[in-house]
Formats: sequence, C-alpha cells, structure tokens
Amino acid sequence: MINKDVVIIGGGAAGLAAAVACRDKGIEDILIIERESALGGILKQCIHDGFGLIKFQHSYTGPEYAQKYVDQVEKQEIAYLLDSMVIDITSQKVLTVVNKSGLKKYKAKSIILAMGCRERTRGAIGIPGTRPTGIYTAGVAQNLINIHNYMIGKEVVILGSGDIGLIMARRLMLEGATIKMVLELLPYGSGLPRNFNQCLSDFDIPLYLNHTVVDIKGNKRVEAITMAEVDHNGKVILSTCQEVPCDTLLLSVGLIPENELSKMAGIQLDSLTGGALVDEYGQSTVKGIFACGNVLQVHDIVDNVSLEAEHIACGVEKYLSSFLKPKNDIAIEIGEGLRYVLPQRIQYLDDTVFSFRVKKPGKKKQIVFKNDNRIIKEKSFIRVNPAEMIRIKLTSSELSDIKHLKVELN
Amino acid sequence: MNKNTENQFDAIIVGAGVVGCSIARELSRFKVRIAVLEKESDVGWGSSCRNSGVIHAGFNNQPGTLMAKYCEEGNQLFHSIAQELDVLFKKTGKLVVAKNNSEIAGLKKLKKQGERNGVKNLDIIDEQEIRKLEPNVRGVAALLSPETAITSPYLYTIALAENALKNGVHFYLNTEVENIEKKSSGEFVLKTQNKQFITDYLINSTGVYCDKIARMAGIDRYRIYPCRGEYYVLDKNASSLMNHLIYPVPHIEEGGLGIHLTPTVDGNVLIGPSNEYIDTNKRNNYAVTMEVLSKLCKEAQKFLPAISPKYFIRNYAGIRSKQTPPSQGGYRDYVIEESEEVPNMINLIGIESPGLTAAYPIAKEVVAMIDKKEKLSTNPDFNPYRKGILRFEEQDEETKRKLVEQDPDYGEVICRCEQVTKREILQAIDNPLGARSLISIKYRSRAMMGRCQGGYCQTRIMELLKEKYNYKWDDFLLRGSESYMLTGNRSNGEPAL
Ligand SMILES: Cc1cc2nc3c(=O)[nH]c(=O)nc-3n(C[C@H](O)[C@H](O)[C@H](O)COP(=O)(O)OP(=O)(O)OC[C@H]3O[C@@H](n4cnc5c(N)ncnc54)[C@H](O)[C@@H]3O)c2cc1C
Ligand SMILES: Cc1cc2nc3c(=O)[nH]c(=O)nc-3n(C[C@H](O)[C@H](O)[C@H](O)COP(=O)(O)OP(=O)(O)OC[C@H]3O[C@@H](n4cnc5c(N)ncnc54)[C@H](O)[C@@H]3O)c2cc1C
Repeated sequence: MINKDVVIIGGGAAGLAAAVACRDKGIEDILIIERESALGGILKQCIHDGFGLIKFQHSYTGPEYAQKYVDQVEKQEIAYLLDSMVIDITSQKVLTVVNKSGLKKYKAKSIILAMGCRERTRGAIGIPGTRPTGIYTAGVAQNLINIHNYMIGKEVVILGSGDIGLIMARRLMLEGATIKMVLELLPYGSGLPRNFNQCLSDFDIPLYLNHTVVDIKGNKRVEAITMAEVDHNGKVILSTCQEVPCDTLLLSVGLIPENELSKMAGIQLDSLTGGALVDEYGQSTVKGIFACGNVLQVHDIVDNVSLEAEHIACGVEKYLSSFLKPKNDIAIEIGEGLRYVLPQRIQYLDDTVFSFRVKKPGKKKQIVFKNDNRIIKEKSFIRVNPAEMIRIKLTSSELSDIKHLKVELN
Repeated sequence: MNKNTENQFDAIIVGAGVVGCSIARELSRFKVRIAVLEKESDVGWGSSCRNSGVIHAGFNNQPGTLMAKYCEEGNQLFHSIAQELDVLFKKTGKLVVAKNNSEIAGLKKLKKQGERNGVKNLDIIDEQEIRKLEPNVRGVAALLSPETAITSPYLYTIALAENALKNGVHFYLNTEVENIEKKSSGEFVLKTQNKQFITDYLINSTGVYCDKIARMAGIDRYRIYPCRGEYYVLDKNASSLMNHLIYPVPHIEEGGLGIHLTPTVDGNVLIGPSNEYIDTNKRNNYAVTMEVLSKLCKEAQKFLPAISPKYFIRNYAGIRSKQTPPSQGGYRDYVIEESEEVPNMINLIGIESPGLTAAYPIAKEVVAMIDKKEKLSTNPDFNPYRKGILRFEEQDEETKRKLVEQDPDYGEVICRCEQVTKREILQAIDNPLGARSLISIKYRSRAMMGRCQGGYCQTRIMELLKEKYNYKWDDFLLRGSESYMLTGNRSNGEPAL
C-alpha cells in the first residue's frame, strides 16, 4: 500500500488544473493517474480553436490549452502515472490501480475524481433499424480523424446538435465529406450559438429542428436513414417520414459523466447532473473525495472546467489541514426553469460559485437566489440557453445568515 | 470412410450455428472427414447469437414432441458440456409469473406438462414467496423452475466450433452454398463462389434458410416462415433488480414465450423478444422497429416496474425459423430426417426455440443416424476439452496481481466498461477459427459490449490491429465483407481549422 496525500483520477483538463492548483496551495504529495498514454484528456483530440477565451483571453486549440497545464505539471514536478487504470476505489479512499508493471494499491488522504464523461450511444437512445457499420458517436469520429488520420464516411447525416457534432460537421466537410444535414429533436439547438454560426451557417449545412432519425437501413454499411418530424411532445409524425441516402450517421446526443468508480466508493449521485452530489468545495457525500470537470457536470467550455478544478483545490487543502468544518447544512432548492444547480448543498458559507443550466432558451430573464422570501442576489440576462452553463458567485457575506436557499429563473 | 483430397469429405455440414457446430463436434468423436461451410465470416451469426441465451427446463413443449424430449435432455446434459468446453453456465432458475388470478390455471397446466416431460423440481409459489425471491417483481403466483439456466449462446457456439476444429473438423467461413448437385455415384457436389466441395453425407443445419438448402437438393416440402423477435439489452446496473428469469404466462397461439426478462451470464438483462412474422424474402432483416421497441419496455414494467429506459445500452433482433404460417401461429415440431428421395442428406427443419438447449441432443441424434448406416469407428485422438479466454475482470485481486506479473499485457485495460485487457483482446484476435471482424473480437472478449458500446475501446482495438497485424483502412470490417468501418485515410491537404 502506497500512501499519498492527494490522488487525482484522470489527467484531463480538470485533473491537470486541480493538480496545479493543489501544488500552488502547497500540497506536496500529489499523484495524477491517467489511463491513456499522454496527459490532456479529451482536449488532445479537439484540434479546433476557441479554448481559453475566459482564462487566457486568447483562443487556443485544445492540445495547446492542455499543454499549458501539462507544462505546469512538468515544471512543478507533480507526479503522474500514464497507461494506468484505476479499477476500484473504496469509501476508505483505497485505490486499486493496474498498469504494465503490476497491480498496486494506494491509500489517499484525499481523492479528486476527474474521470470526464462518455458519449450517449445509439443503443441508449434506442434508434430503430438495422445495425450496420457507419454509425459513430461524434467523439469517436473526432478521435479516428484527428488522432488516427482515418476518414469515417462520405455522405453524413448528423443526429443531435451538441457541440461535438457541430464541430465534427465542419471537420468532416473540410476533409471532403458531404454533410447532408443536422437533425435535432428539440425545438432549439443544443450546442453553443457560436458553433452554429461557425460550423453550420458558414458552411451552408442545413439544420432541421424538431426532427429525428426513425430508421436505419443497410446490412453491411449504412445505406440510408429515415428522418421524421416530431410534434411538440416529441412524438414522431409518421406522415413526415423521408428517406435520406447516406453512408454515415454521426451521433451527438449527449454526454454522461463517467461515475462507475464513484459508485464503487458509495458516493451518492445526483440524477439531474449524473455526477456526484457535492458541497460548495466539490466534496462528495464521502468525506475527502472531491469531484470536478465533466465527471461532476458536463461542461461546454473548458475554461470553466479549469476554474471549477482550481476552486475545489481550496477545499482539498482545507480538508487536509482539517479546516473543513461544516457551519450548517443547507440543501439548495431548484426553482422554476432550471435543470440543475451545483453545488447541491452548502455547508461552510464561504464564497461559493453556483453553476446551473436553464431548461429551455429564453430572453430577458433573471436568476434569483432567495432565502425564503428574501432575495439575496439577482442577475439579469438578455438571453439564456441550456447549452451555456451559467456561473454566479455568492460571497460569504451574502450567504452569512441564510436558513434556506432557493434558485429560480424568472 | 476415407476421403482425403482437399475438397472431398465424408460429411459436410452446411451452417455453423449452434446446431451445425454441435453436430460437427459430436461427429468428430469418430473417424470421419468433416467440413462445415458457413456463409458469414464467423460461426454463430444467425439465430445462435440472437436469442435469450436460456437453457430451458422443458415445460413449455407439448409432451411427446421432439422439442420436449431434446429440450429436457439438453438441459440435463448442459452442465457437463459447459464444463468440457469452458463455457459460462448459471442455473439461475426461472419464474413464470401470473399477473392475475385468471392466469393461475395456466401455471398449473405448465407444471403438469413439465412433469410429463420429465422436468424436475417444479413448484407453484404464492405472492409472498415471489416477494421473498424477487422483491421488485409483481405477480399473484408463479411457477418456479430451478432447473432453468442461462449461458452465452455465441460463446457456446464458438466453443463447440473451436473444439470441433481441434478434433480435425475443417471450417470454411465466408463460404455460401449456392447450388447442390447429386451425382449418380451418390455423392453431393456443393457449389460456392470460389470452390466446389464433394461429400457423401450432407447435413442441412442452415436455420432460417433450411428450406432453401433442401430445395437446392430437390426437396420441396419444407416451408419456413421467418418470425422476428426484438430485444433491448440493459446495463449491468439493472441486474440488481432481479435474480431469476422472469416470464409471463405464455399464450401458445402466439408462438413465442411472451416478452420476458432474462439475466445474462455477464450480468446484463435482456427484455424481449417480441413476435412478428416478416417477409420470407428478407430473412436477414435483423432490424428493430420503433413500434416494438416502445412496447418492450412497457411489457417488462408490468412485472418489474423499476425497469426504465435509463438502463438501455443496445438493442437487437433474432429470427425464428417457424414452420407454421402467420395464419396458424403456434409451434410445429422439429423435423430431423433423412429424406427418402435424397438419401444421405439429413435435414434439420424448424429448429426454433428451444433450439439452443436442444442442439446437443439433436447432434447426437444426427450422429446416431449416420452411425447406424456406416458403423463409424471412434477417433482415438478425440479431446473433449477446450479452454476459453480467461477473463481478467472476473478474477480475484490476488489472481489479477499474479496475471499482470506473468504477462504485462494483463496490465493494460483496453475496454473500460467490461475491464478487458490487452492480453484478452490479443487472444480474441488470434482466435483459432481466424475470424477477424470487430464483431468477432467483441463476442470473444466482451470489449465494446458495455455501456459505452466501444466509445472508449474501439479506436484502441483498431490501433492494436494496425500495430500488430498491419491493418490498412480497408481491413477494418465490422461484420465481415463489405462492412467497411472506414472510407479511407485522411487527406493530407487541408490543415485543421
Ligand atoms: C468530445 C468533446 C469535445 C469538446 N469540445 C469543446 C470545445 O470545442 N470547446 C470547449 O471549450 N470545450 C469543449 N469540450 C468541453 C471541455 O473540453 C471538456 O469539458 C473538458 O476538457 C473536460 O475535462 P475533464 O478533465 O473533465 O475530462 P477529460 O478531458 O475527459 O479527462 C478525463 C481523463 O480521465 C481519465 N480517466 C477516466 N477514468 C479513469 C480511470 N479509471 N483511471 C485513470 N484515468 C481515467 C481519462 O482518460 C481522461 O484523460 C469538449 C468536450 C468533449 C467531450
Ligand atoms: C428471438 C429468439 C429467441 C430464442 N431464445 C432461445 C432460448 O432462450 N433458448 C433456446 O434454447 N433457444 C432459443 N431460441 C432458439 C435458438 O436460438 C435457435 O433454435 C438456434 O440458435 C438455432 O440454431 P441453428 O444452428 O439451427 O441456426 P442458426 O444459428 O441460424 O445457424 C444457421 C447458419 O447457417 C448459415 N447459412 C444459411 N444459409 C447458408 C448457406 N447457403 N451456406 C452456408 N451457410 C448458410 C447461417 O449463416 C447461419 O450461421 C431463440 C430463437 C430466437 C429467434
């Protein structure tokens, strides 16, 4: 058994930023465990730009953004393991790790979960039809093209308008594929507005809202899909079925935080986020285990991942020096119009950044924090969009004497 | 029997499903030169990889039928075969659940029928006992069948084939029989795209295509009506919801056992199958449909309200080879016969459920038919044992530690959901039958079968194939010829935006 102060599972944007922030706070004994053969996580395959606008006021590519943190990790000599998979963690914070040199056990004082997310698949959303080749999730397609230099198709239909799908529409187009259309079940797009402009409009790729795929044809390779319109309840309108010949169906239908390890440790999950239930320092229901990045909530912008990770490092430092003492325990109530709120509870009443997503797009909206009927904070937005995570900070003085806390969209 | 030129055989088995592979393995106990011809690029890709994986006890079938006889025998035989072939087999037991009092009569009838078929230990239990065994299941009474078991149908088929191969059987994959000629000498000439085969005995175990093969040989009296069954596969997280197989009381006229919940040996749960006749000209139409998928979940919730779409990870469909037309429904008994007009051709017709369970007794019967005519001499080198791929995930921690020490490839986890290591994937790729499609690797290793459906490991496996076997882009096939996964290498022109 090897003892460690902090073990970070996952060397993506979240894990790297958490490691650097922990070291900045003076924590010496840190280990990052990463199952791939390089640090950087999903950013390694995101070779487009647009990363770092908030943190660095500069537009970097994904690998460039990751490299800034990898450089810090190297410079500060933070230890990391590559090609190493954490296969078990316990509530006692014992980790089982396997790599080529053997199966080892680590005992950590504190663990940071930064395992990222996985993509929702065809099977999970139950698309009918045959099961030929040529059906890829957008992230897998991105990996095959950007990392492995393969082309995955010629005539492509994209289902779902998540960011990765939009980015891949442009990417495939630049590689010579024809993007027939992007279909979105909802009445609005689920990616960031800038991606609709830069990836679809600029390339004349049609977007069909309120549409979905109801059949896939072809026994060997995809030969066609059937698209159809849905009504306002999401029910397929059969009379609108239309066959679209294509050889590839790309799915960008959502991301799911990868919490299998968290479950092993007995950590309670929030069914709204798919991530751990946490306090304002990102601490889960198992004391000393923290979570940040996509394993906690699916992020749209990597800068927020870094910020979130830096913030939980404060909690880890306090935890290790036994300063993390609850003053209270308030479960945050989610009001009208919001899909989820993080953290789900607050206990220390220090400065806290809340993050949330709205249920549907809207204009001229306010986010209101209330203690019973007393308004603690209010923030106005010209427009809100489920694709864009909202982050609002409440100071310790604003939180000082509250009994309840409710957040709502008005 | 003494054929020896390359394309001449004593016996040729057409169709490498569980039935064909059982026959091959059982016949390899004797000194017979045997070939198996299969049109797909691996064994078991017909119904044998698309069913519920249940080793039935034998109470569903009418007493006196071959179905009843072979099912009960197959169930009792399975334990020893599974041990010889290193195949997973779990005696989980089954509950046939009556949703209301009017269905209890059906349970009693099943019990009686089962007992006549020789099924052991059947018992009818009440609501309280159901609750004790299955706290999440709703029902007023149930038939408990402790003998009902589960296995992995594709791994069982692969195991039979690998053992047959080891005992000298020749396997020809990607080899579709297109024409059959009977020479005056009595020999059969089988034509495939690239090759001709000559044989004394011809065994037709082509599942849903069995009437077509019979017709090629001049026998026109068999008719198959393909009847599709669709399924959902649920996440392993759903396995905690139930312990037994959970079935409704069957309605015989439907010709299926009703939509049921079946745990798999790997810890997933299946919902299905439905029951729809399809176009006889499209017997490989394994599509799932919107209508049925939406029905499956609702049916399952009638017994197990906790089932929900959040558990779905995949869907699939299998096709029953029914001898009864849609207008009639129900079942017709298996036909296993050497027809008078074409001597030495043995036809296996309508091997629908419980065909997985019955496959081995059927094979014994077929071998007995040949033995009766030929007085076969035993193969002194026959080895009944076969080893499967050791699963890293299923080992205890000490064993895992030792495995990685012995072979560092066990230390590289390629598939995260099912914790499949590089060592296991390499073994799957190097399989004795030489099947190299991604689906072949998937069935053998379980990589790509978990909740992320290959999102994490598929590209890693492709990388391995490229590194170790020098795969080019057009070598990556999902499911045999023409199922290209890629359309080319990326052009070197445009730099990425
Ligand atoms: C495909 C995709 C495209 C995106 N595109 C953009 C974009 O264009 N612009 C933008 O701003 N944001 C984008 N994002 C969002 C942003 O980049 C991500 O949210 C951010 O990189 C997530 O960082 P993370 O560290 O939480 O997760 P990841 O980067 O996924 O890192 C998690 C790491 O943990 C490792 N890991 C997981 N489990 C284990 C284990 N058991 N043992 C060891 N290691 C483990 C993984 O290998 C991985 O390296 C994208 C996200 C995705 C998924
Ligand atoms: C939905 C469903 C659920 C079932 N559930 C169960 C269950 O739980 N328990 C149970 O005991 N049974 C079950 N069964 C029945 C069982 O799956 C079948 O009886 C069994 O798999 C039949 O095996 P087979 O070898 O006859 O056919 P198949 O597995 O279909 O094999 C036939 C093979 O012949 C090949 N072939 C066809 N034509 C040619 C040609 N011209 N040349 C070369 N090769 C050819 C095909 O490619 C195929 O591989 C179920 C069946 C279905 C459809």
